[in-house]
Amino acid sequence: MTPARIAVAVWLALLAAGPLYLPEFYITLVNYIGLYSLVTLGLVLLTGIAGLTSFGQAAFVGVGAYATAVASVQFELSPWIGLPIGLAITAAVALILGWLTLRLSGHYLALGTIAWGISLGYLFGNVEGLGGYNGISNIPPLPLFGAKIQTAREFYYLIWGAVLLALLSLVNLLNSRPGRAIRALRNASMAESFGIDTARLKVVVFVYAALLAGLAGWLHAHYLRFVNPGPFGVGYSIEYLFMVVVGGAAHVWGAVIGAGLITGLKTWLQDILPKLFGSSGQFEVIVFGVLIILLLQHAGGGIMPRLARLFPPKRAAAIAPDSAVDLPRRATPARGETILEVEHAYKAFGGLVAVNDVSFAVKAGEIMGLIGPNGAGKSTMFNLITGMLPLGGGEVRFRGERIDRLRSRAIVRRGIARTFQHVQLRPTMTVLENAAVGATLRGFKGVVPATLRLDRREEGTVLFEAARQLRRAGLGEHLYEAAGSLALGQQRLVEIARALAADPVLLLLDEPAAGLRYQEKQALAALLRSLRDEGMSILLVEHDMDFVMDLVDRLVVMDFGERIAEGVPESVQADPRVIEAYLGAAA
Amino acid sequence: MTFDIALLLIQDGLTNGAIYALLALAILLVFAVTRVLYVPQGEFVAFGALTLATLQQAKVPGTAYLVAGIGAVTMALELIAALRARRTQGLATSAMLYVVIPTALLGIAVWLAPLQPPLLVQVLLTLALVVPLGPMTYRLAVQPIANASVLVLLFVAVAVHYVLMGLGLVFFGAEGWRTPSFTSFKVELGPMTASGQSLLVLAASAVLIVLLWQFFGRTLWGKALRATAMNRTGARLVGIPTEASGRLAFTLAALLGGFSGVLIAPFTTIYYDSGFLIALKGFVGTVIGGMTSYPLAALGAVLVGLLEAFASFYASALKEVIVFSLLIPVLLWRSLMSRHVEEEHDE
Repeated sequence: MTPARIAVAVWLALLAAGPLYLPEFYITLVNYIGLYSLVTLGLVLLTGIAGLTSFGQAAFVGVGAYATAVASVQFELSPWIGLPIGLAITAAVALILGWLTLRLSGHYLALGTIAWGISLGYLFGNVEGLGGYNGISNIPPLPLFGAKIQTAREFYYLIWGAVLLALLSLVNLLNSRPGRAIRALRNASMAESFGIDTARLKVVVFVYAALLAGLAGWLHAHYLRFVNPGPFGVGYSIEYLFMVVVGGAAHVWGAVIGAGLITGLKTWLQDILPKLFGSSGQFEVIVFGVLIILLLQHAGGGIMPRLARLFPPKRAAAIAPDSAVDLPRRATPARGETILEVEHAYKAFGGLVAVNDVSFAVKAGEIMGLIGPNGAGKSTMFNLITGMLPLGGGEVRFRGERIDRLRSRAIVRRGIARTFQHVQLRPTMTVLENAAVGATLRGFKGVVPATLRLDRREEGTVLFEAARQLRRAGLGEHLYEAAGSLALGQQRLVEIARALAADPVLLLLDEPAAGLRYQEKQALAALLRSLRDEGMSILLVEHDMDFVMDLVDRLVVMDFGERIAEGVPESVQADPRVIEAYLGAAA
Repeated sequence: MTFDIALLLIQDGLTNGAIYALLALAILLVFAVTRVLYVPQGEFVAFGALTLATLQQAKVPGTAYLVAGIGAVTMALELIAALRARRTQGLATSAMLYVVIPTALLGIAVWLAPLQPPLLVQVLLTLALVVPLGPMTYRLAVQPIANASVLVLLFVAVAVHYVLMGLGLVFFGAEGWRTPSFTSFKVELGPMTASGQSLLVLAASAVLIVLLWQFFGRTLWGKALRATAMNRTGARLVGIPTEASGRLAFTLAALLGGFSGVLIAPFTTIYYDSGFLIALKGFVGTVIGGMTSYPLAALGAVLVGLLEAFASFYASALKEVIVFSLLIPVLLWRSLMSRHVEEEHDE
């Protein structure tokens, strides 16, 4: 057993035995921590991992609580019917709100959810059927096989059972195909270029977090047997966010730690401060605020990263199996067939013409070099081909089909994968997980199967494929290291493996050899040659001329956005315009 | 609704809208220069209103002690930083800003308050007491992590909001105050009677906005702030100190906030925690303006004021719901306009 496992086991034992040794006051406190943990778990996914801030989580708790309150008190339905009703309403609201705000930059979501949180708080207080500010009382306890779940000690197990299930589902989700996509969301353009519909996925994450909050609301209503608008206001939403920040935003366990710490601290401050200062000012708010500011200034990552260092896990979460069924592959086009045609491509940024009337074609099974001095428009050309920038004029065709109006996630689906000039890996994910992001489109299991662990067979094939491509790129030794810990040159190789995991017909490499040592460049050249021999086409931007001239079949040379030469390496090297572009005016 | 009532509501809406506009400008300025979504802006409104109300009762306002106290804390921090860096450079300025001026202000407040000086002096003293809290807030809370992500800065801002609100309760108490009108002057404008008070607010807001505009357009510091807002790194490269820009933005925001508080005090009862909602309405205005344009933000804020006036006439209890729901169509519109994939650069 690793220290981490021992720590978790001890915690679980203490938790399970809680009702045996905890006095009533602490049972209630731990129950509250459990309810808060549920909400906070959703926020860890939403804010900590996907990078989206919501000030509306307490309002979602309120929707869940009020829905079951109205259902069970006014319509006298079973609380077990109130649960799906509450979750359905929560999901509907989250869908609408998410669709409205999630395509905009982060602060719109923050402000949008503040507004929605405040509106809903007032609505709860002012709608007749919801009991106004007095709320709804006499909510029934939970019936269970003829018995009732009613006391704090009985709810203890229900609440913490829900928390543990939520925790498990989140751990499962993060270690899966959709989970890796969620963790890639912060590099949105990279994610899109591997087929991830980032806008849709953000909404999914938002709904997931809202549902956890709604579930907490349902428990809240039947546990307290009373709802009023108070606990569903923006103030509580802010507190949930603080719990996430204190616990450690990107860590699942941080949710429970943050909820426990903040709840405990608040209770303690409310107890001790009036004794210290005598009067009944809101001193705890001041102390609380100051502590949060100091924490953010001095330990931005929260508590959990520090704890994680004390209890390092023995192995990575995602492990590639030793063998697996091969994923189906795309049919390779016949050698010599023209697969990419760029015709009169044009792109201007304001007054700067970055690509001006450039045409060239790539054939199946050849390595084509795209070279030119800095600022010639090479990376822009890549972005135009992969749909990351809209074309200003001209056409791009891939295997006869026009692709210049498609989004990048539709283009990768057709068999074009790329690497980036500025490495776009998730530094905290392992090398293997980063490469597996490339194979996103080769799997089909979504969020629900992932949380239920019904995706293991597919997951095995995807991870096996990612590992295979990494070994091919010479990174077999580094599969389970954090991508951010590799040297820059190796990170570029991870990017190549990730692109290969997408099973492309055409591979676009943006300066793959930069940062590599001589032997590594030789190995890379050998890899690219063997890919070509298997029928893959490669378009390559590179500044190392020895590397390029040795490797490519043909070259296109760009300068100031225009194509100035095209042909086999020997003829391009002799071209006076190329010499002028690189060395200045010919002597 | 009759025409008269509509006119009255418009007058109300414009008056509140003008105040929200000042707040929207301050919020946008702070966001553009420092990337902080300045939630505590509302506390400065409450401080302004409550300080003025206390002065009118011939008492020493809590802000006087607050400024001296927070000033001392800030100075202590500067001293520690200076000791660590083994430098004395800048300490004299800090001592001036954080000790000498706050102490002098405290002295003046203690001396002047019982004398019941004329209204103008009270207003000036109020602003003098509230404004130093702006740069102190920047120095204490934001400057140490000025390069953090927008998200972390937002959390800091929310924490600051809590701290200032808590301090507001300690220094002003739980009671709410409303100051008497500055003027009982009324003017007949065709079919409507405009209160001098409303006209005063509109005129004062307009003057302040024009002054700001001149400041940004004509002065070196105004241009430096604009440069920082456009490109932080670029501004630093040409020698504009980010920290000074941030401090200045927070100072201006505190001035606008305190002044809004003075203006709003005769219209509504202000409690120590009233600022939050008022500032959020400024935020709504800023969002309507797209978080980039000052005139649009001000216009958005006026729209919020008008909507609020009519909402409180038709459905008083749901007025806040209606005002904040205004964001939904705005966000919808912006969402449909935006085509590109948003890139989140900070971790």
